[in-house]
Amino acid sequence: MEEKKVLDGLKTKFPEKIMETSSDFGDDTVIISRDFLIELAQHLNDKPYEYTMLLDITCVDYGDREPRFEMVYHLLSLSAKHRLRIKISLKEKELKLDSVSSIWKNANWLEREVYDMFGVHFNGHPDLRRLFMYDGFEGYPLRKDYPLRKRQPRIRLRK
Amino acid sequence: MEGSFITTKFNHILGWARKFSLFHYPYVTACCGMEYMSAACAHFDLDRFGAGWTRFSPRQSDMMLVVGTISQKLAPVLRTVYDQMTEPKFVIAFGTCAVSGGIYDNYAVVQGIDKIIPVDVYVPGCPPRPETVLDALIKLQEKIQNQDQEWRWKKRKY
Repeated sequence: MEEKKVLDGLKTKFPEKIMETSSDFGDDTVIISRDFLIELAQHLNDKPYEYTMLLDITCVDYGDREPRFEMVYHLLSLSAKHRLRIKISLKEKELKLDSVSSIWKNANWLEREVYDMFGVHFNGHPDLRRLFMYDGFEGYPLRKDYPLRKRQPRIRLRK
Repeated sequence: MEGSFITTKFNHILGWARKFSLFHYPYVTACCGMEYMSAACAHFDLDRFGAGWTRFSPRQSDMMLVVGTISQKLAPVLRTVYDQMTEPKFVIAFGTCAVSGGIYDNYAVVQGIDKIIPVDVYVPGCPPRPETVLDALIKLQEKIQNQDQEWRWKKRKY
């Protein structure tokens, strides 16, 4: 019931910006285009929704599908006890979107992780470096086209 | 074994002394650390076999237990720690990840620490039982006892 309210409220407020919504198995999802991300994020962070907690930012590589990548944002509203998911499709050629680290502080490292693993660039990110992999690592290991057995050791291995 | 009678006996005594005074350095990176803790503490007690002293500095230790997954990012650190240890030094690869990379056959993990440093005893298991660790320690002690010892004023043929 509460879930319906959030999705309906967003649809009535932004009728042409929200591309699609779904709530399969109780997971409320909003699909938007990347130009609308900052505005929606700010709106959701403010009252009455108060999605103050950004649980995770991930990316999905669909391989041959077009558009190939999809960004996924998981939000939690502590006051409403409600979760919301935002999805944004990205083409391989223009793999960049706006950073939400000005709205949620923890997005800083989460976006660095996505940059590290998938090579998505975030405009306006304060410090976009690799988070897990080391300097000199080439390629993006969680992409589908990264070779399965490719190793990039930092020191010369024995034998 | 070559050498005179006294040298041979000295070799034996040195091996006996070394095998019962192992100062170990636990290089713990992953969940195998829990098994290391139980092996080192009172229930299973590594101290019974003369390896009770845990030194948290590689410069004071001569046996390194590599406990857990070693990632490519960590490989130079492990190499440096090994280089800092005092001679003679021994390495035990503790758990499947340290032995062969284990289930982590991917871009991030070194496929066995013997790609970086020489290993004396391999302990399989995910994680290994503490009994297996004790067995490995006894195997290492046998190896130390029976090896050709090195000491500072030893006459070398080469």
